[in-house]
Amino acid sequence: MSRLTREARLIFGLWLVLSAIALPLVVLVLGPHLPPGRMSSEAGAQTDANVVLTAVCTPIVILLAVQFGYSLVAFRARPGDLEDGPPIQGHGPTQVVWLVVTSAVVVALAVWGSYTLIVSSHGAGGGQGPNPDAIPKDAAQALQVQVIGQQWNWTYRFPAYRGVETKDLELPTGRAVELHVTSLDVAHSFWAYQLGVKADAIPGVDNIAYVHPRKRGSFMIRCAELCGLWHGHMYQTGHVVTPAQFASWIRGEMKQEALNLRYLPAYSRDYFPEPLRRAG
Amino acid sequence: MRSGSTRLAAGAVLIGIACTAALIVYYVVGYLAVRPPAMAKRTSLTLQTVASLGFGPHPDWVSYLVKDANGRWQHSTVLTVPANSLVHVTVLQYDTATGLRNPFWGGPRGLVGEMKVDGKPTATLDPDLASHTFAIPDLGVSVPLKGVADNAKNQCSVAPCTLAEAHTTITFTFRTGKAGTYRWQCFVPCAAGFILGFGGPMQSVGYMDGYLHVA
Repeated sequence: MSRLTREARLIFGLWLVLSAIALPLVVLVLGPHLPPGRMSSEAGAQTDANVVLTAVCTPIVILLAVQFGYSLVAFRARPGDLEDGPPIQGHGPTQVVWLVVTSAVVVALAVWGSYTLIVSSHGAGGGQGPNPDAIPKDAAQALQVQVIGQQWNWTYRFPAYRGVETKDLELPTGRAVELHVTSLDVAHSFWAYQLGVKADAIPGVDNIAYVHPRKRGSFMIRCAELCGLWHGHMYQTGHVVTPAQFASWIRGEMKQEALNLRYLPAYSRDYFPEPLRRAG
Repeated sequence: MRSGSTRLAAGAVLIGIACTAALIVYYVVGYLAVRPPAMAKRTSLTLQTVASLGFGPHPDWVSYLVKDANGRWQHSTVLTVPANSLVHVTVLQYDTATGLRNPFWGGPRGLVGEMKVDGKPTATLDPDLASHTFAIPDLGVSVPLKGVADNAKNQCSVAPCTLAEAHTTITFTFRTGKAGTYRWQCFVPCAAGFILGFGGPMQSVGYMDGYLHVA
C-alpha cells in the first residue's frame, strides 16, 4: 500500500467520523436556531433552506478542514530539511470525483431552491414585482395590505376596509396576506424579519409579496435600503394576532381614522408621480 | 532606476491621494462634530418654525428654533424632557403651507388631549394646509402644523420671528415614556430647492430633524 493511499484512507476516515458527529448536531441542535424562524410558512421555508444548505456544506467544509489540518501536520518541513517535496501531478480519478460531486451538489441545490422559491413557497416572501409568477392557491382570499414607505416611516393601507391607513401593522393567522409594497419618495426595502418578508419599496412600483402568518407574536420591521438621515431609525414592531383580534383592531383603526379618511387619496397601487407635485 | 519624470508622476499621485483623503476626513469629522447644543430639561417647550433661518452656514434653509429658559430663541433641535411626564408644546409656525406628501399625517396622533390651532381644538388638518409636522415616531407622536396663508401680511423673513409677524400657534401635550433618546422629524417635503423636497434641512439635525432626550 503506497503512502498516499494510507494517508487518503486516514483523511477519509477522519472526515467520515467527524461528519457523522457534526451532521446531526447541525440539523438537530443548530438548525432550530437558524433564521428567520417559523412565524410564517415563508419564513419556515427559508429556515428549512438554511438548514439544508448548512447540512450539505458541513461535510464539504469538514473534508477541506481535515485535509488542510492533516497537511499542516504531516507534510510540514522538518528542521534542517532542505529537500524539495515530491513533484505534484494531477490525479485524474480524484479530480473527476471532485468535479462530479460538487457539480451535482450545486445543481441539486439550485433545482431544489428554485422549486421551493417558485412552487412550494410562492416567492419565499420576496417581492415579485407588479405581476407575480409564484402565486399561492389561496391568493383570491388573501388579505390585501399596502405597505407605504416614506422618509422615514412605514404606513399601511387596507383596501378591503375602506382604504384605511394605519401606522402600525397587525396581521391575522390562518390567512394569506398579499403585501403591495411601494414608496412615496426614495427607494426603501420592507423587511419583516420573522415573517421572512423582504420586498423593495420603489416609487411608482407595486411590488407584491405573499406571506402566510401562522404563529402569533411580534415581528421586527426594518428598512433594508439606505434611505437617508433616519434610515437606521426606520423600524417598527408588527404583530401576528388571531383573526378575532385582527377584526377588533381594524375596526378600532377605522373608527379612529374616520375623520382623516376623507383626506386620503383613492386607493391606488402606487402614488407616483403625485408626490413630485408636492415637492419643495 | 526610475527616471525623474516617473518619480514626479508618482509624487503627484501620492499628493493627490493625500489631498483626497484629507478632504474626506475633513467632511466626515465636520459632519460628526457639528451638532446643535442640547437644551436644558423642561416640561414645557416653545418652538418656532421659519421658512429661512437668515444666519449660519445655510441662511436660506427652513428650520426649527427653540426658546431657552431665559426666553431667548436658540437654533437647536436637541431637546431634553423628563421621563414619564406630560410635556406641553407650543409651536409658533411662521412658514407657509407646502402640503403633506402623505395626507395620513394630517391627523394628530399620540397626544394627551386635543391639538389646538390658534386656540381652537382641531381634530384633523387638511393636509394641503400643513407647513410642517412635529413627529416623534417612536413615541407615536405626530402633529401637523398649519401654515400661514400665502397672502398673509407681515410675513417673517428671517429668524427669530416675533409675535407681531404672521403666524399660527399650535399647542398640544404628549406623554413621555421611559428614558432614552428619540429622533424627531418633519414629514412635509418642505426643503425648497432640493430633490423631492427632502434634502438639505430635511436631512440635517439642527434644522428639520432633531433628538428628544428623555431623561
